[in-house]
Amino acid sequence: MNIRKVLKGLYALWFREFRVFTREKSRIISSVCLPLFWYFIFGNGVGSAMPAGAGNYQHFIFPGFLAMTIIFTGLFAGAYIVWDKKIDFLKEVLITPLSRTTVFFGKAMGSMTDALIQSYFLLLIGIVLGIPFTLSSILLSMLMLFVFANGLISLGLIIGSFMESPEGYGLISSFVIYPIFLLSGALYPLDNLPGWMKLLTRLDPATYAVDGLRAVILGTSSMSFTANLLVVLGFDVIMMFVGTWAFKRMKL
Amino acid sequence: MESIKTIELKKTYGEIKAVDGINLAVGEGEIFGLLGPNGAGKTTLLMMLSTLLKPTSGTAIVNGFNVVTRPDKVRESIGMVFQDPSSDTLLSGYENLKLHALMYNLPLKEINKKIEKVLELVDLQKRQHDVVKKYSGGMRRRLEIARGLLHEPKIFFLDEPTLGLDPQTRQHIWTYIRALAEKIKMTIIVTTHYMEEAEKLCNRIAIIDHGRIVALDSPENLIHATGGDIVSLKGQKLNLKELESLTFVKGIKIVEGKFQLAVENAGKNLQEILSTAGEVEFVKVHSPDLNDVFLFYTGREMREEGDEVGFMQDVTRAT
Repeated sequence: MNIRKVLKGLYALWFREFRVFTREKSRIISSVCLPLFWYFIFGNGVGSAMPAGAGNYQHFIFPGFLAMTIIFTGLFAGAYIVWDKKIDFLKEVLITPLSRTTVFFGKAMGSMTDALIQSYFLLLIGIVLGIPFTLSSILLSMLMLFVFANGLISLGLIIGSFMESPEGYGLISSFVIYPIFLLSGALYPLDNLPGWMKLLTRLDPATYAVDGLRAVILGTSSMSFTANLLVVLGFDVIMMFVGTWAFKRMKL
Repeated sequence: MESIKTIELKKTYGEIKAVDGINLAVGEGEIFGLLGPNGAGKTTLLMMLSTLLKPTSGTAIVNGFNVVTRPDKVRESIGMVFQDPSSDTLLSGYENLKLHALMYNLPLKEINKKIEKVLELVDLQKRQHDVVKKYSGGMRRRLEIARGLLHEPKIFFLDEPTLGLDPQTRQHIWTYIRALAEKIKMTIIVTTHYMEEAEKLCNRIAIIDHGRIVALDSPENLIHATGGDIVSLKGQKLNLKELESLTFVKGIKIVEGKFQLAVENAGKNLQEILSTAGEVEFVKVHSPDLNDVFLFYTGREMREEGDEVGFMQDVTRAT
């Protein structure tokens, strides 16, 4: 394996994603504003209905919205590869001497950059909003978001590689994105759920990302930050493994 | 060494035989045309030769490498212009080329020089920093030709390079391709369903129909094989038996309600044909072109309603 060749390929694929990202301003604006709408409107609405003394609901859901940016933009960005199929750009990439593994990681790196810029920007907004951050909780949150984005984008790439046309794109939001988001405990505590639902939330990788973020940002969680991080890392490894396999078998 | 060699190459989709046993040998430096109606299997063949599709059976060797066992080596040796535009419209022309150069591992120091060179070749230097979205169809095609050449491939595939372009732009694109073939020594494989283009450009032409090669030769020989000139006649009661017995009439075919006679030296013999034929409502004499060649080998016109059907098949397969 030629390292220079792989690095140049990764850089090229990353560069393309990043350029497209900076030129599609509507996508950036909507993906940063959506979590803020939820935070202010939904957070205020539900927060005002909470009994006094239940804690600050908006603070409680803030880690959930950090994860939300990753779930929405990351997964969509990954699955966006089906659009590359449609516009035939993917043919141009697959006909180059780059290996499918390189193509997979190049795409993943590009989408990671997009998703992380957005979620890190929200972190900054969180500081302005008065979320009680410390330097170490910011760094650990960034680490968790990084690891989580990697897994979700890989999942998106896997789904996109199996899709034959962008027509099914909408299904992803109904059957993948919303279940992952709603079951993650981003909006509510998971302690008092009925057994079957608790099981579902335990199967959702986002649950661990949200719990881990809460552990460092708010100091309340059901598992430790490290335990959560390890679960999400395990999810990453599986997704990257399946992802490279999916890319190798991907047809045009 | 042959640039391309295929042995009984096949690609089937369930019942449909897209490519049905193609044997091909293309020499180094040849301009080789694949001619056939839409849906004949030309694109499928190119996809297999460029490693994007796995053959169902058979062998394909490109630049000495087997497409199934050494796809990486094959991909290093080839350049391709796809039938549908495949440049990223949100990137500039220059950025599209830069990406391509990096993915082909060109030395960083040489990249800008090489981009400059290919841009000059297709006359796009002035627009290189505009996003591709602002390009016309012809400019975009030229950009993609430049991109395919950037890594100096040994074999250059062009899949319907002029499809969907207006006649003037088509002319333009062919001029570029011809100039290229003179400047750079490489093998060019081009598919088209425009007869006159293939006739002017190619050293040899394979006529493909229903996934098979029905004829393969130089354009001149293909045309010569149809047997002289073509006389089309229309009439209610033509004396076909008598016409057939004339020594200079080599064959009669019915095409779209007209009788087509393959005739030696039609200019000299037309009078005798007309007086033998009886009451003629319509007559037309022309020298055969590749359209007649196609007709000769397949018994069908290339531009017929099957064209549309074939096109729709292509579209559904592509999506």
